[in-house]
Amino acid sequence: MSAPPTDAALPATLAEIRDDFLALPERERLQLLLEFANELPDLPERYASAPGMLERIEECQSPVRAFAEVGDDDVVHFYATAPAEAPTTRGFASILAQGLSGLTAQQVLDVPDDFPGSIGLTRAVSPLRLGGMSGMLTRAKRQVREQVAARA
Amino acid sequence: MPAPLDTSEKITQYAHPDRLVSTAWLAEHLGEPGIVVVESDEDVLLYETGHIPGAVKIDWHTDLNDPDTRDYVDGKAFAELLGSKGIARDTTIVVYGDKNNWWAAYAAWVFTLFGHEDVRLLDGGRGTWIAEGRETTTDVPTPEPVEYPVVERDDVTVRAFKEDVLAHIGNGPLVDIRSPQEYTGERLHIPDYPEEGVLRGGHIPTARNVPWATAVAEDGTYKSRAELEAIYQEGGLGLRTDDEVVTYCRIGERSSHTWFALTYLLGFDTVRNYDGSWTEWGNAVRVPIVKGDQPGDAPASLG
Repeated sequence: MSAPPTDAALPATLAEIRDDFLALPERERLQLLLEFANELPDLPERYASAPGMLERIEECQSPVRAFAEVGDDDVVHFYATAPAEAPTTRGFASILAQGLSGLTAQQVLDVPDDFPGSIGLTRAVSPLRLGGMSGMLTRAKRQVREQVAARA
Repeated sequence: MPAPLDTSEKITQYAHPDRLVSTAWLAEHLGEPGIVVVESDEDVLLYETGHIPGAVKIDWHTDLNDPDTRDYVDGKAFAELLGSKGIARDTTIVVYGDKNNWWAAYAAWVFTLFGHEDVRLLDGGRGTWIAEGRETTTDVPTPEPVEYPVVERDDVTVRAFKEDVLAHIGNGPLVDIRSPQEYTGERLHIPDYPEEGVLRGGHIPTARNVPWATAVAEDGTYKSRAELEAIYQEGGLGLRTDDEVVTYCRIGERSSHTWFALTYLLGFDTVRNYDGSWTEWGNAVRVPIVKGDQPGDAPASLG
């Protein structure tokens, strides 16, 4: 068995998530994604009471709101909410919430853009749907970049 | 033997009442031999969170699409897929799904390419079933595999390719069922959302815009026949049931919903769905495009 691909820039949290997916047979990876969907944390109160603070990702698919927030300590938290009828979107958001939260701003910016394509879901979920996670990651990086720039 | 028809008042008014069933009908006939319920969703995980008891899952992306070519699976793969779900050639298939049956209608359309005789949509789909508080389960059935014949796909009768659409411009109605912003070309893609890249915005010349949801009632089911007639026929879009109509959207899923309404609810003879849709047309070299809210004329060069 070949070792999973390694990438120096991939933080340990995301590498662990990737390895968990790759360790499963393809069919069972959907089940793990569903577990992530069920684990998507509730929004903190300040967002829950004003969901408009989260950026809405407009598209013809499920409505999802997400925001990557850089704290005063330079630590990133990724928050997202998506309806129960959109478990795949919730799963993607949950992977990023667990994988990005706690990283420094620079670590988030260094996450390889092809991370969503590396976790073994391309065939089980389809490349088109995985584009949804790429979109969330792209936006999260832009939000981090903007907050870092605003402080400089 | 096909399952009995839904004889409720709303459904018997449609042109082909054998193509649509209500949630009440399905609840009554659930589990009867000869009927297989299929869930087909946009969200690949939704079925796993709970589905109609006994329903099997068929996913558009991972089951019905060819993994390599942008096309549907061939007759052999289709036969394997349906056989593995316990569906025989004479089975009554009832399809339902999320998003007001976008993907369910798409699956029904693909089943029609393979000439499956008895394919019905569940009116209102998953949303209506759940809103009515009907039973769902996370138990995944393990159907006994059955023999499904290898049938050659018919890509002529209800399917249109880009070349067909080029030849159709100026000769028959085109219905663009996307949002008005997509139709005018104002919205091309979603910022930061690398979903399906399209290079050009606008619509196919002469296409009229009737967003798919126009056919949907407030409760998520199809509008009544009289209401649908007022939208698509006299007094509305002005289509006649003997017109040759082509529908399209972005990848062909929402337009399947309209294809279904025109064909089975209103009884149009010839409706083809252009599944290449805007993700092909908006990227194709040297095809004519019209921007703005007017349908535009057929380019002289095509005549």
